[in-house]
Amino acid sequence: MNQMLRQKTPDARVAEIIKLAVMAVGGQGGGVLTGWIESLARSQGYVAQSTSVAGVAQRTGATIYYVEMIPHSDNQPVFALAPSAGDVDVVIAAEMMEVGRAVMRGFVTPDRTTLIGSTHRQLAVSEKSVPGDGIADAEEVKAAAEIAAQRLILADMDQLAVLQGSVISASLFGALAGSGALPFSREAFEDAIRAGGKGVDPSLKAFAVGFDVAQNGVAAPEPILETDESPVTGSNEQATEWQVLLDRTEALPAPVVAMARAGLGKVVDFQDCTYGATYLDELNAVIGRDSAAQEWELSTTAAKYIANAMAYDDIIKVADLKTRAPRFARIRDEMSVKDGQLVQLTEFFHPRAEEVAGMLPAKLGARAEANPRTMERLERLFGKGRRLRTDTLPAFLMLHILGGLKGYRLRTRRHAVEMAHLQSWLDRSLAPLAEDYALSVELLKCRRLVKGYSDTHARGLTKFDTVMNAADMLKGRKDAAEWIARLREAALQDPEGKALTGAIETVRSFV
Amino acid sequence: MAERSFKAEVEHLRKGEGDVFTGEGILAITKALLENGVGYVGGYQGAPISHLMDVLADAEELMSELGVRFEANASEAAAAAMLAASVHYPIRGAVTFKGPVGVNVASDALANLSSSGVTGGALVIVGEDYGEGSSIMQERSHAFAMKSQFWMLDPRPNLPSITKAVKDGFELSEASNTPVMLMVRIRSCHVTGSFATKDNVRPPLTVKEAVANPRSDFNRVVLPPMSYLHEQDKVKNRWPAAEKFIVENKLNEFFGPEKAPLGIIVQGGMYNGLIRALQRLGLADVFGNTEIPIYVLNVTYPIVRDEFDGFCAGKDHVMVIEEGQPDHIEQQLGSYLYKLGRKTKLYGKDVLPMAGEYTGQVMLDGVTGFLKAAAPDMLPGQVRAPNDAPPAIPDLSNTVPIRPPGFCTGCPERPIFAGMKLVEQELGKHQITGDIGCHLFASLPPFEIGGATMGYGLGPASNAAFDGGGERRAISILGDGGFWHNGLSSSIGNMVFNKSDSVAVIVDNYYSAATGGQDVLSSRAHNDTKSTNNPISAALKGVGVEWIRQIDHTYDVAKVRDTVREALTTDYNGPKVIVMSSECMLNKQRREKPLRNKAIKEGRRVDVPRFGVDSDVCTGDHACIRLSGCPSLSLKRLEDPLRDDPVAHIDQTCVGCGNCGEVADAAVLCPSFYRADVVHNPSSFEKWRAGLRTKTISWLQNRRDARRIRVGDVHVTAPQGARAAPQPPMGALT
Repeated sequence: MNQMLRQKTPDARVAEIIKLAVMAVGGQGGGVLTGWIESLARSQGYVAQSTSVAGVAQRTGATIYYVEMIPHSDNQPVFALAPSAGDVDVVIAAEMMEVGRAVMRGFVTPDRTTLIGSTHRQLAVSEKSVPGDGIADAEEVKAAAEIAAQRLILADMDQLAVLQGSVISASLFGALAGSGALPFSREAFEDAIRAGGKGVDPSLKAFAVGFDVAQNGVAAPEPILETDESPVTGSNEQATEWQVLLDRTEALPAPVVAMARAGLGKVVDFQDCTYGATYLDELNAVIGRDSAAQEWELSTTAAKYIANAMAYDDIIKVADLKTRAPRFARIRDEMSVKDGQLVQLTEFFHPRAEEVAGMLPAKLGARAEANPRTMERLERLFGKGRRLRTDTLPAFLMLHILGGLKGYRLRTRRHAVEMAHLQSWLDRSLAPLAEDYALSVELLKCRRLVKGYSDTHARGLTKFDTVMNAADMLKGRKDAAEWIARLREAALQDPEGKALTGAIETVRSFV
Repeated sequence: MAERSFKAEVEHLRKGEGDVFTGEGILAITKALLENGVGYVGGYQGAPISHLMDVLADAEELMSELGVRFEANASEAAAAAMLAASVHYPIRGAVTFKGPVGVNVASDALANLSSSGVTGGALVIVGEDYGEGSSIMQERSHAFAMKSQFWMLDPRPNLPSITKAVKDGFELSEASNTPVMLMVRIRSCHVTGSFATKDNVRPPLTVKEAVANPRSDFNRVVLPPMSYLHEQDKVKNRWPAAEKFIVENKLNEFFGPEKAPLGIIVQGGMYNGLIRALQRLGLADVFGNTEIPIYVLNVTYPIVRDEFDGFCAGKDHVMVIEEGQPDHIEQQLGSYLYKLGRKTKLYGKDVLPMAGEYTGQVMLDGVTGFLKAAAPDMLPGQVRAPNDAPPAIPDLSNTVPIRPPGFCTGCPERPIFAGMKLVEQELGKHQITGDIGCHLFASLPPFEIGGATMGYGLGPASNAAFDGGGERRAISILGDGGFWHNGLSSSIGNMVFNKSDSVAVIVDNYYSAATGGQDVLSSRAHNDTKSTNNPISAALKGVGVEWIRQIDHTYDVAKVRDTVREALTTDYNGPKVIVMSSECMLNKQRREKPLRNKAIKEGRRVDVPRFGVDSDVCTGDHACIRLSGCPSLSLKRLEDPLRDDPVAHIDQTCVGCGNCGEVADAAVLCPSFYRADVVHNPSSFEKWRAGLRTKTISWLQNRRDARRIRVGDVHVTAPQGARAAPQPPMGALT
């Protein structure tokens, strides 16, 4: 019955349709890029059709533009309105996770697809709102793209364009030209930009860079190091003291040295060299209980977190950091301030009674904290939002003076509290050391949970306590360390600690 | 001021006989309206036809030259009601809105219009927002055509077909005295292509001429007994007239061989997708010449039984491709086949999925499924017996984050929801309903404020069950667009009348922002052809709201927080309405940026604010992001072995709206934020004063640095995970 309808040789011209998808984040100028590609195709004697979904092409949502083209003929070809999995010749993804999305949706296939992607990241809300590190793994995406694409061109197209004073659509268009995936000359591409008529010169520059990257590849990405401050400044006398401390680190077990030096720098910067010596003493106490058997993991971990605990965030530290010379230079640089332009700086402070009480001498501060009425009075007196113009003298002077109170710092209530917390944390972490080395390491790492200011800080402390306390439940179990690590990760997943509560419930269920 | 200006493109609408138009589908439709002597046009914006409204608004000058009236209607109901002009007068009218939500709103007027019947061609251009990228519930407008008996066109998605459908639509409407809905799918609205233009035609009777010679005929009024007659007229006269016109004018199309044992029936809008599937199977060439007979329903309602029967004659298998559910067409065809006593086997939702967009893959699978059953020999060997397995590509579904749309950089609504979130932290979670509009993004993370959206202007109305108040008052949110669409009566009037003890927050961003920044009654801009600057608070007073708070600077998070708290805790137990007004940042930037750049160039003093984060002060807890979600507030990794978590970072796309500082202050977050105001072209006094300050500050800094030790070694990796979105572009959401 189907005799008259046998499979015939497919129309070879169908294969000539070039199918190109642009995966972008709304706001990236995907429409401009699509417009260039379309007008380029038409100028070269092709029939082209583009489609987009404007409803989500806005307001930072993920979106797709789609173009099909074929050499002009007397008849009108029939084009599809959206890309199909396994049927796309060129995919341009304007962000690293959009590269991933293109692969995930099957638009990138090894038999035919040229994938041009930008490696830069525009973090999704879900990635940046977790209290810990929620940034998606770009390496995983890269690995998948390498398998999926027939030809892969990856570079930070955004950075390339921005350096030329342009935007990513231009560098991507250049990479498309350089990839040779479209049968058009470089000049034809450039003419399409000129025909667009807007920001032609910067666009052409970014185009050239993109073209070059596609043709010659990128040099191994060199992290751009911005040295915030010169390593050490201070008088000769201090330099000598500093050298003495550095010499002491030489004696540490080799795997610990790097972290210990970083930690030492942090605490010395926070206070002074004497404080740095205290840090090394604390660290040495841990090293004394450690051994090479586990490659000094305990000591390295301690080197990191003792430094963080000792360099706590108090008013003095913030005031100091805010009034340093390199900061002013850095801001001018970050804001691309040119000669003849001025910068006005406004800082946003909102001290609470807790911070003020913490600045009082230890005993007085403790008494104040114990008395709700005193705290209330402090809150009334100090607890309000302050906007300080640190480019003007009164505000600068105030912070400068506060930042200079290092001589007094070690006598404050805050210091006493922090030191007590440090000791208790070290003691509790090292308590199971003899039986369970790994558990001690994991407990030390829990210090990571203490961060933020005011409420966030308080919540962090609560989570820290919860996880530390869980160690008592888990003690003696083979997987105690694993569970502490798991609990810590859970604590970093959401601000309220929902994941942590769930994980604790699980622990309760089996202990 | 709409997000996108079509002023340049509108010039193409002047093209005449022998010219070729190349551009977007939306623009082509406008051109076709003018070529077909339309007398009046109107509509209500919303994706995917927002741009059509913008084009019409920008083309107002050209239209008035032709004597065509353009009305930016207050709602879809108002737009559909405008077609009443075609009931008694032989004037062609066209209105546009989105489907199916706009059709929902318009359905009252559409039903009455359909009952009355029309004399002049009445065309409803519906942008069907269905499938990937849609922002609304997934339904079909088709059912409205069936229930009210107006005709539905679903042309093939190319410019010549779409523009021809405009002409066909008017003629079909006039031939059958019935309004016609021209459905354009989301992608065909924005598809580009070319078509041969004709001269624009001045309407034979303009609305001005008509209103000078009024007509009426009570037989057309929907009142008994005439309404009974209308129903009879529909089925006895208008329907057959429509069928006759459809057949005689070949509105539906046939492709492929005349004789074959199988065939495919397809909605016009799905034609290109079908051809692509056939192309991939080697059953169609690049121009769409196919081995399989195809019956293209450019008219999807009504379906002419005889025409369908003719197509089925001699066929053992037919497949219907109908996107969306319910399967109205398939049911109809099945019923026809059964009643005709045909043995033809009907395929459809058995080889295709019942619900969801028919993407390329779905279509390929569906057609393959049909052919496997109906004519397996036609399938290429590869499909019949696939041999090589494709290489395994790692699964990225747990890696790649979802990326729903959100508030733009500097959006004035962000601080409103930051303030509300702070109140929530203080007073606990409240019952909150949202409305349609940008502010609905607040229901997504990081804010997660609001749990329902019932329709445009219905935010407060959907809290009516809770209007009696209680321990925690219910809150509802309404945008300025929704307020003027119907919120003033349906929501606010409802609250007043029922003595509601709840809180309504009206988000006034000066525009119908989500649909592309069209002006509304309360817009602050001057508009030559529309009346703007009618304050929302005045309207509130007018309908009897007594407790009104107006916030004119939403970036004041503390004020927002305090006002919301006051509304929730005040003793006053009537309706409490807070109007929060600040201009949509997208529109503001578009307006002000060129002016600012010009001022800088001219040497005038300009202060450009931007925010920054001191990475050494930031502890990486991201609390600020959870109260903001601003695209320009992102994260970066520090190359510091002592730090575990990435720190906050503000990139150069920051517009300095002030939200970051306000939130850091109001929520008592952390002192790492700073605002840097770069002063361009400062005065010489300012320069002198700054020099003095810098000198003193440097002296103090050097003095201290000489006495202490500073070990700064902060390495920053740039730009991993650093950059955020640039200013979002144009587009339309609702």
